[in-house]
Amino acid sequence: MATSVIIFKTILLFVIFLISLVIAMYSTYAERKVAAFMQDRRGPNRAGPIGLLQPLADGIKMFMKEEIIPWNANRTLFILGPSIAMTTACLTGVVIPWGSDIVINGTVYSLQIADLNIGILYVFAMVSIGVYGIMIGGWASNNKYSLLGAIRAASQMISYELAMGLSIVALVLVTGSLSLKDIVIQQQGIHWNIFYQPLGFLIFLICAFAECNRAPFDLPECETELIGGYHTEYSSMKLGFYLFAEYVNMFISSAVIATLFFGGYNMPFIHHLNISANWLTLIGTFFFFIKILLLIFFFMWVRWTLPRFRFDQLMNLGWKGLLPLSIFNVFLTGLIILLKNYF
Amino acid sequence: MTFWEWIYLPAIISGMFITIKHFFGKKTTISYPEVKREFSEIYRGLHVLKRDDEGRERCTACGLCAVACPAEAITMVAAERLPGEENLYREEKYATIYEINMLRCIFCGDCEEACPKEAIFLTNRIVESGFEREPFVYGKDVLLEPLDKDKRIDISKRQPKEVIEFKKNKKFAHNK
Repeated sequence: MATSVIIFKTILLFVIFLISLVIAMYSTYAERKVAAFMQDRRGPNRAGPIGLLQPLADGIKMFMKEEIIPWNANRTLFILGPSIAMTTACLTGVVIPWGSDIVINGTVYSLQIADLNIGILYVFAMVSIGVYGIMIGGWASNNKYSLLGAIRAASQMISYELAMGLSIVALVLVTGSLSLKDIVIQQQGIHWNIFYQPLGFLIFLICAFAECNRAPFDLPECETELIGGYHTEYSSMKLGFYLFAEYVNMFISSAVIATLFFGGYNMPFIHHLNISANWLTLIGTFFFFIKILLLIFFFMWVRWTLPRFRFDQLMNLGWKGLLPLSIFNVFLTGLIILLKNYF
Repeated sequence: MTFWEWIYLPAIISGMFITIKHFFGKKTTISYPEVKREFSEIYRGLHVLKRDDEGRERCTACGLCAVACPAEAITMVAAERLPGEENLYREEKYATIYEINMLRCIFCGDCEEACPKEAIFLTNRIVESGFEREPFVYGKDVLLEPLDKDKRIDISKRQPKEVIEFKKNKKFAHNK
């Protein structure tokens, strides 16, 4: 690879890392504002104009609190837990196509750091390793309640990964490739996958809520209010990492949903504007971020509408509801493709 | 359970409509201190130790308010009126130190009801916030109303009509 491409990819890496951190940071602010507005109140509006410096205040607060590591806790694993959660949350952003190509002086720079031909599988692999972060955190706390919370969280995430994977199988049947770039390229104009895979979209959305430990599936978090969850014993920056990793996960999940089902950086009718390809790329990336932000708002909207599920209801939904449904979805997709080829 | 209830999705969607309606609706928050809430006429706020029409302090340090206080917020030290001080204090006993701990006070008004000399009343002034605890023990410098006739604090709203009529009758010793 030419050195200019390597330099570009390095810069892009830093930019995407920074963007995901900043968006996660302001997601915390947006969460509080959205929650407040839906509850007929105003939310934080004192730190800075309309409260925009609130995440900064929260970050400073996190830094300045006392770091407590329980006496009998396993020190290495205690520190490793949030680190794994944060790392895997950030690693997933590498394969997402943030835009199409920028052409400068004949060299083609693609706005995707790594165009793996197994893109979707990589995303799933990272999400699965993220479960380890929670499990290790719960175990290393040397606290029965943390362990129980962590086990519940892990079993929830594992159960919903199955249905998620199967809904992706149906999508791959339609697309024919696992690479995220190919999936986006095939969604030119208005041919977004949500119109071809509505059931798959629904299943994937519900599983994304469960994977991020959010919305009606936030049992790991709620146990924090009741007895303890996997982050009871954590304080200061390690707790900050856990909470922040959850928001980065939410951002990345929204990006993945936008890529798979909403056409990624494609927007209908922008090809009718006769402007250069580089500008089209930038407009596409802008619309991609609009889609991501709307999806993040949707995540928050659902969270503040629904009461949380009981653990057995959650498990029933995952294994007895979504898994058969996604298998049926695969079957139906295959049948339709077969019949389309036949006629 | 009907099929539509069983799949839960229609209920979710109708719930989300309700939430988004509240999102765009009017907020009930009052942005204190830019906007202040309206208080009623007889709002119970900061106390005042009243003087009578001649400027003499009414409080005789009898201690009934301290006994009546459910939060034990009132303390006082009594002293004897010296011969030259008849224009300062109504009776021979007065309170040289009278303190109310505003952090303990629950603004119930029991002290106002218990006072036999109509010396202490609650006004509608708000106690200002602060960062330390010590400045919240208010003494006579804050609680006693000024001598100046123009700066007296009006507590007629906190006295019922019968009491106001009683006070007009100068025959009673209480009113002399």
